[in-house]
Amino acid sequence: MKKVLKPLIAVIVLALIPWAGITYGKLDYVFAIVIPYAAAAILVLGMFFRLIDWIRRPVPFNIPTTCGQEQSLDWVKTNPLECPSNPFMAAVRVLSEVFLFRSLFRNTKAELHGGPKLVYGSHKWLWLGGLAFHWSMLVIVIRHARFFLETLPMPIGLLETFDSFLDVTVPAFYLTDALALAAITFLVLRRLSDEKMRLLSLSTDYFPLFLFGAIAVIGISMRYVTKVNVMPVKALAMTLAHFGFDAPEPIGVLFYVHLFLVCVLLAYIPFSKLVHMGGIFLSPTRNLPNNSRARRHVNPWNPDIKFRTYAEYEDEFREKMKKAGLPVEKQ
Amino acid sequence: MSNKYALKPDELKKEFEQKKPRLLKGEFGGKDWWDLPVEFRDGNWCFPAKPEVLDELHFANPRKWAATDKDWQLPAGWEKTIRDGMKDRLKRFRSFKVFMDSCVRCGACADKCHFFLGTGDPKNMPVLRAELVRSVYRNDFTGLAKILKDFSGSRTLTQDVIKEWHMYFHQCTECRRCSVFCPMGIDTAEITMMVRELLNLIGVNNNWILAPVANCNRTGNHLGIEPHTFEQNIMSLVDDIEDVTGVKVNPTFNRKGAEILFITPSGDVFADPGVYTMMGYLLLFHHIGLDYTISTYASEGGNFGMFTSNEMMKKINAKMYHEAKRLGVKWILGGECGHMWRVVHQYMNTMNGPADFLKEPVSPITGTKFTNAKTTKMVHIAEFTADLIKHGKLKLDPTRNDHLRTTFHDSCNVARGMGMFEEPRYVLNKVCNVFHEMPENTIKEQTFCCGSGSGLNAEEFMDTRMRGGFPRASAVAHVREKHKVDSLVTICAIDRASLPALMRYWNPGVTVYGLHELVGNALIMQGEKKRTEDLRENPMAGFGEGDDDE
Repeated sequence: MKKVLKPLIAVIVLALIPWAGITYGKLDYVFAIVIPYAAAAILVLGMFFRLIDWIRRPVPFNIPTTCGQEQSLDWVKTNPLECPSNPFMAAVRVLSEVFLFRSLFRNTKAELHGGPKLVYGSHKWLWLGGLAFHWSMLVIVIRHARFFLETLPMPIGLLETFDSFLDVTVPAFYLTDALALAAITFLVLRRLSDEKMRLLSLSTDYFPLFLFGAIAVIGISMRYVTKVNVMPVKALAMTLAHFGFDAPEPIGVLFYVHLFLVCVLLAYIPFSKLVHMGGIFLSPTRNLPNNSRARRHVNPWNPDIKFRTYAEYEDEFREKMKKAGLPVEKQ
Repeated sequence: MSNKYALKPDELKKEFEQKKPRLLKGEFGGKDWWDLPVEFRDGNWCFPAKPEVLDELHFANPRKWAATDKDWQLPAGWEKTIRDGMKDRLKRFRSFKVFMDSCVRCGACADKCHFFLGTGDPKNMPVLRAELVRSVYRNDFTGLAKILKDFSGSRTLTQDVIKEWHMYFHQCTECRRCSVFCPMGIDTAEITMMVRELLNLIGVNNNWILAPVANCNRTGNHLGIEPHTFEQNIMSLVDDIEDVTGVKVNPTFNRKGAEILFITPSGDVFADPGVYTMMGYLLLFHHIGLDYTISTYASEGGNFGMFTSNEMMKKINAKMYHEAKRLGVKWILGGECGHMWRVVHQYMNTMNGPADFLKEPVSPITGTKFTNAKTTKMVHIAEFTADLIKHGKLKLDPTRNDHLRTTFHDSCNVARGMGMFEEPRYVLNKVCNVFHEMPENTIKEQTFCCGSGSGLNAEEFMDTRMRGGFPRASAVAHVREKHKVDSLVTICAIDRASLPALMRYWNPGVTVYGLHELVGNALIMQGEKKRTEDLRENPMAGFGEGDDDE
């Protein structure tokens, strides 16, 4: 349980930092201006260096995992998505992974039955939970653009309208808020309820979930419960968007907790498993076309290896080969 | 079946019955995985390479030792060797680095590994298998995680960690099934290959892998068979073919100027039941009048270098192109094999190409251009035969296989490392009348390993083999009950070597066949005598002396 409690306590401690800093230290400027810039810089530079670091490393071999029929004889039906034969289809394969979690869609569950035999069932809960979590997070992030922009672009406005079409509360309730919270709850409970998941999970798996959860809960409570004053928040967001350094007008402490946790999250991304958002594009088993017999793939460090040549082989076995009537080069 | 390295089938069945439906073994009571002990016992480890084998290959740390020893006699400074080796591989392989960095431990792979399903050992969950290395990587190669040691699950490299690596990276057959389900495309096979390279740097190894590597290097094949014996063995198969069919086939050896060089794993030349597949190839080539030759020098398709290091894989593979060039053939035809085809498909041209001295493969019988093999210039025999059948070039009588009720086992490497699913099925359906697929979660890209691939087919590893092969056996049992299937057809030499033992253990009465053995049975050869027996000299249904089917 230490694995779960530690990250939970860590998130609580992190939440207390801005609360104490604002309430007792009057450090509004630090939490409103300094830390957000620092976090954004860490995120951008961190991800940049991570990506460069990965891309710099060669892909010596063409090693796609082939999950469908390859392109071969004309009359054999191929599966271009699961076994792409050109870079375009390989890109489609990666994007289907990024946007639709295609591989997770395949997920099955194995059970041991009497006999003994193994029985497999479709198991799409992780796919559904993961998809709900990632997509609602994306929508929520995009929705926040309205704080940072003078006029709201039409697509974002449209997204908001869809998101709030239930129109049940004032201000209008966002579907993605509920969806995100539900998905986070599911993902945490999933790790706790399954014995396999409990064993393989680390504190660093719970920490981001708790962090996301705390950010979402505080965000939601600011909107529907404590009703933070939006005007100074918008002013601060505009300042940050224009790289300004003006001190903000007073904003409720809850907002600073929300902002600080977001900053922690941003700064945490490049150093944690959350880098998978970049790694997924660079996975050589998915982003390469399966055409290694049709086109030569070049290994930049291909070593020069001395192998045992035919001549050396014949030298050792010549007499035996001659006796057996096998042709030889030298008599 | 008795083997001192495995439980009796009934005992293992009982064990499975008792733990259902739990897949995990044991109670962990809140313990972390790194606190679970590593236990070497009879049947779960392979004998280490003999000192003379290591000497021959110029490999590190030759000595006499066993996995059950307390002290593994690791060479001085082994920690640095491993760390430097890791650093070097992280630099040379983007895959290794990205796979170390971007696992989210979502657990989708957890119940996908045949070794996990069969052993219930949590460290056989692909995610944890990789964590065995990631925990060290995080400690030694990342800054923040080291400070937050406990938080991030990082740990120091110790001899116990090496023991754990040895156990679990030799309980991975590099089958890639987990990779199919991973949303990041993390491929445990790739991680296993890296770790096995690292272990070889400090002399932690497996004799069943390194002895074939040494043999293959010297004589051209895994068994260390010298050229004259190699030739004699095939000629004895020629005699067997004549006995069964009345047809004399004429293979040639090391013949310059042949159009095609044929390379198959040596298991097809020496091991039962692979030899029957070899007889099938020989009948097929004779039937179509193919101008081909077999090399005694490049007499091995299988490449155990793949289970050792990239450099060793390249060294052994180099013989194929070298021999094709010397003989002046136009292109290479490859027999039925699993990891040989992964090497040929994904590595050969990169490592030892470009093969400019060869021609783009064209079937001399049908004129079909194999554009998918344009630059490797090597064609898989299932593609080749499927094309022949499609063009009506083979005279086939599928009723000659009516004594068999078949199912097809996709070999992992051909399935997930190449993407060949339809060609062998097409051929199989044309040469036999009864074919039933196993359940869909166990075939094609989701196929299960035989449990003995990647150099783990050792006798002393029997317990783990029978457990690891359980998911495959369970799927075969399903079609056996439902459709009375009694023949498991495959296109991999390791399968032909390992599945018979697995079937004897779990599904007695199921026999293992190579695809081209069935082709050989079905081929109506010119000038043949009345065929009453298949290539194994088993009676064919409806063709006996008393049967009048003319």
